[in-house]
Amino acid sequence: MSPDLTAIRARFPILSRRIGDAGLHYLDNAATAQVPDVVLDAVRRFETTSRANVHRGVHRLAEEATVAYESARETMARYLNVASDEIIFTSGATGAINLVAHSFGDGLSPGDEIVITALEHHSNIVPWQMLRDRRGIVLKWIPVTAEGRLDLSVLDRVVTERCRLIAATHASNVTGAVTDVGAIVAAARKVGARVMLDGAQRAPHGPIDLPALDVDFYVLSGHKMFAPSGVGVLWGRRALLEAMPPFLGGGEMIRTVTLDRSTYAAPPHRFEAGTPPVAAAIGLGAAAQWLMTLDWVAVSAHELLLTQRLFDGLPRAARVVGPTGLQERLPVVSFAIDGAHPHDICQMLDRRGVALRGGHHCAQPLMDHFGIPGTTRASIALYNDAADIDALLDGLDDAIRRLT
Amino acid sequence: MTDELYHQAILDQAKAACRAGRLETPDASVTIDNPLCGDRVTIDLRLGGDHIADLSHRVRGCVLCQAAASVIGRHAVGATAETVNAAEDALRAMLRGDPVAVPWPDLSVFSPVKHYRSRHDCVLLPFEALRTAIAGARKKGP
Repeated sequence: MSPDLTAIRARFPILSRRIGDAGLHYLDNAATAQVPDVVLDAVRRFETTSRANVHRGVHRLAEEATVAYESARETMARYLNVASDEIIFTSGATGAINLVAHSFGDGLSPGDEIVITALEHHSNIVPWQMLRDRRGIVLKWIPVTAEGRLDLSVLDRVVTERCRLIAATHASNVTGAVTDVGAIVAAARKVGARVMLDGAQRAPHGPIDLPALDVDFYVLSGHKMFAPSGVGVLWGRRALLEAMPPFLGGGEMIRTVTLDRSTYAAPPHRFEAGTPPVAAAIGLGAAAQWLMTLDWVAVSAHELLLTQRLFDGLPRAARVVGPTGLQERLPVVSFAIDGAHPHDICQMLDRRGVALRGGHHCAQPLMDHFGIPGTTRASIALYNDAADIDALLDGLDDAIRRLT
Repeated sequence: MTDELYHQAILDQAKAACRAGRLETPDASVTIDNPLCGDRVTIDLRLGGDHIADLSHRVRGCVLCQAAASVIGRHAVGATAETVNAAEDALRAMLRGDPVAVPWPDLSVFSPVKHYRSRHDCVLLPFEALRTAIAGARKKGP
């Protein structure tokens, strides 16, 4: 059964804009997804009726702002099937990973090991390299298969008794491969290590049952799941969060402050120093609330149908960098074409209103692994339709003809 | 000049790849990456007195980057560092949309790029490599 695509598309005002003479075919959703009217309405309602700081004032607007902000936290908790006091609003997925790298990482000792993967976005590589340089920990890698999935056959060798954390993507922003989380969690549990998943790509594709995944930390990004930029979420198990020191210091995160010392609030406020991105968080809550009303069996089937249409129509010159089947993958498709640079392809497609992403996708180690400077990527969201895919394929044939 | 970015002259210039390759005994060899897109340009250079005696380039990049390296290959040999600097300055002015007389006529193929801010660095990367290579070769001395 297919979702009511017309109704879904009608919620996204930007989809009606023109790019020159062409309609917009937005296929860069893995970078930033578009915003539905329910989110725009929620943000506008807050900013025009209840704008105030949270957890500070007692006047009416402050009270309403606090309720709206905390309500967004509760919505995100439902989206992830966890407790709301384990939801921390951050500046984004990058901010959330840096928080873990500092607050969890500062409890590590020289020689302790963290395992990351060659499939990661730079945001899940660089903070761990910085932690390594600060704390003298050891970084290890899970490699990638020819198909662009994690090579989990190495887990027994890479995950040792010294491993304290495995930080892996839930789904790749380049290959679209969805990680076999169970295998990673099992390897971590054997040695008492924790698991952090980067859910930035997975989160826009439906609610997530974190207790079933049995991980310890999870991060996501608002602007990739149809919400404003500048907000994201870190979820962590309560016992872990309670044991972790703060990351940033400032207002909101304290219990008492004297000129000599401070004591800190309990999670989640301990990790939300300063005024949070209130309106953006309310927008994220509205996005999650709307996403939870959709039939995700139908939406996922629709997204994968479009993925198959793209696979079927790709010219022979295009080599897919990632799994070519539909199992355990997101509708994120990267490909390389000999003699045609991704930026040239993207620029030519832009003339037809097709928005793609070309380059290394903040995953240079993965590009090195495949021996390519970059790929062209089409990333599909719930509002895309067959016309988007067909516009891409038509433009791609023309671009290849001109460039090669 | 057309506003079409991929007009025939720019495609032809990229395809010509004038002086693409490597020098066997360069005075300086410089490789520069564009961190945003991963493009990479290598310039090998030999000086003869105050002018460029020989030069070659290797590009892993887009059509614009290839075309810019090819224009350098076509015009830089025999030029002084001052002429090269003037060419780069003129190119930067052209990309800003300022009216400018270009010292190397082939630079005018990049005129449409002024409308595409995110592509300016693609054209400038080979010039940045060339400038760095000249500085390196001068430092090395005769």
